[in-house]
Amino acid sequence: MSLRSEILSQFDQVAREQDKKLPVLTDNLELMDSGLDSLCLAIIVSRLEDILGIEPFSTSEDVSFPRTVGEFITFYENAAK
Amino acid sequence: MRPNDRASLWNAVNAAGNLSDRFLCGVGATATLSDLVRGSCLGGRAAELRGRSVLVFTKSQLTAALALIELDGVARRLVLCPSDFPFEHLLAVVDSAAVNAIVSDWTSLPREISGVGCFITCSPKIAAANDDRTAEHQTEWVLLTSGTTGQPKLVSHTLASLAGAIEIGRSAPTPPVWSTFYDIRRYGGLQIFLRAVLTGASLVLSDAEEPTADFLIRAGAHRVTHISGTPSHWRRALMSPSANRIAPQYVRLSGEIADQAILNHLHSFYPQAKIAHAFASTEAGVAFDVADGLAGFPASLIGSCGNVEMKVEDGSLRIRSQRIAGRYLGPRAEPIAAPDGFVDTGDMLELRGDRYYFVGRRDGVINVGGAKVHPEEVEAAINRHPLVRMSLVHTRKNPITGALVVADVVLKTAPAGTGQTRTLEQEILQFCRETLPRHKVPAAIRFVNNLAVAATGKMVRQPCAMSS
Repeated sequence: MSLRSEILSQFDQVAREQDKKLPVLTDNLELMDSGLDSLCLAIIVSRLEDILGIEPFSTSEDVSFPRTVGEFITFYENAAK
Repeated sequence: MRPNDRASLWNAVNAAGNLSDRFLCGVGATATLSDLVRGSCLGGRAAELRGRSVLVFTKSQLTAALALIELDGVARRLVLCPSDFPFEHLLAVVDSAAVNAIVSDWTSLPREISGVGCFITCSPKIAAANDDRTAEHQTEWVLLTSGTTGQPKLVSHTLASLAGAIEIGRSAPTPPVWSTFYDIRRYGGLQIFLRAVLTGASLVLSDAEEPTADFLIRAGAHRVTHISGTPSHWRRALMSPSANRIAPQYVRLSGEIADQAILNHLHSFYPQAKIAHAFASTEAGVAFDVADGLAGFPASLIGSCGNVEMKVEDGSLRIRSQRIAGRYLGPRAEPIAAPDGFVDTGDMLELRGDRYYFVGRRDGVINVGGAKVHPEEVEAAINRHPLVRMSLVHTRKNPITGALVVADVVLKTAPAGTGQTRTLEQEILQFCRETLPRHKVPAAIRFVNNLAVAATGKMVRQPCAMSS
């Protein structure tokens, strides 16, 4: 599975488990408008760390945190390089 | 002040001056402090609350703020109930604090407390009233924190102990506008509320129902200059496209371990701001703040530092000052401080070079985005499943909420295969969801063959690895 599809599948799965309705996930969708709260994002980041072995929030040299779904994916792609 | 008038919040608000320029802003309503001179949020019924033990039980933080200003010195005791406080514990709070009056903006009260003494409605709309605010009492301020079994602990302060870290004075030529992501009914938020009203400033209040982006836009519109929150609040803010709507001069973090990453992110996003992280607890009060941009704190702070004495004993931080809480209320309440006057915070420290770093809690308490989780209450929920022999709940470090709850579970018989493991995991999580709030439900369950048990018969809880 590509990094992108792995990330999107975790968004779907955690939203289901946490009873949250996800809109269609496009790159421009703001994370704060995705219907996922901090706890959901925390669980997604933790699952991705188990699956991918990376956790870019603590290690990234990027100056800013991701704000959209697209930036979130790029954030992980940059860390995986 | 009139004769027999003691120090009170209302008297201090007046002494700070400039009331007509100072405001408290909530969602959908703003009050100017001068409105309170001949007005009230309590519909002119404040006199009925004189000498009583009052539960302040409001949806709106603004209403709570106004009621606190009006009632300090008038009520004998003020019990501060945050908006997310679970109803099932209300009766225990009412009993322990001998509550005999409730101030609320709810039109009807939850049945747990519907029969309690006098009920006075309050509103963020200030109406004309001529209340006598002579401060006859040194009001006890009671804050609620969660205990081991999920039962609340009632922590008793006075205005003096709460305001011990605040330099009280008159308004500056351009008074600050404070804001906080916190609920002001919790210790961290209450500090910011008091700081604003005692130092001649204004305050923009958050609301549990308001999206972070809207809050930041509102804070920006009111030109917030000083703003506080937990590292988790700040991570969430920085992931919002509205983070650039505020341009604070001062950013404060407390309530969780501030790691180097969040300090760096805040510094690069708000380069003009002074960024400070503070250590405080409901019981021990405000101990210190650090503004050198580095995680942890200089070892030189241990010892006597201003009005606060700190020491490290058995690995944990101990604090003695005039800011510590007076006592716990309620049956079987243990003392807050040791006989030597020091409060054991239970926060474990590690010395690296010339700095101390927080590495977790001795009692295994997990801090999920600023909300405390006692492992015992989660274990009790898991252990209700008939196939579970025992469980150990612990923390997993997380860059969004600081930590997540995870569980190791020992089953009575080994599961038959992957299918059954998955089913059991879902069943156990369902047991947890039925009785626990979302942040206490384990994010992951791991089935293990055994758990370490100490000679005392208790499970071995490692201080959580949460170093920054």
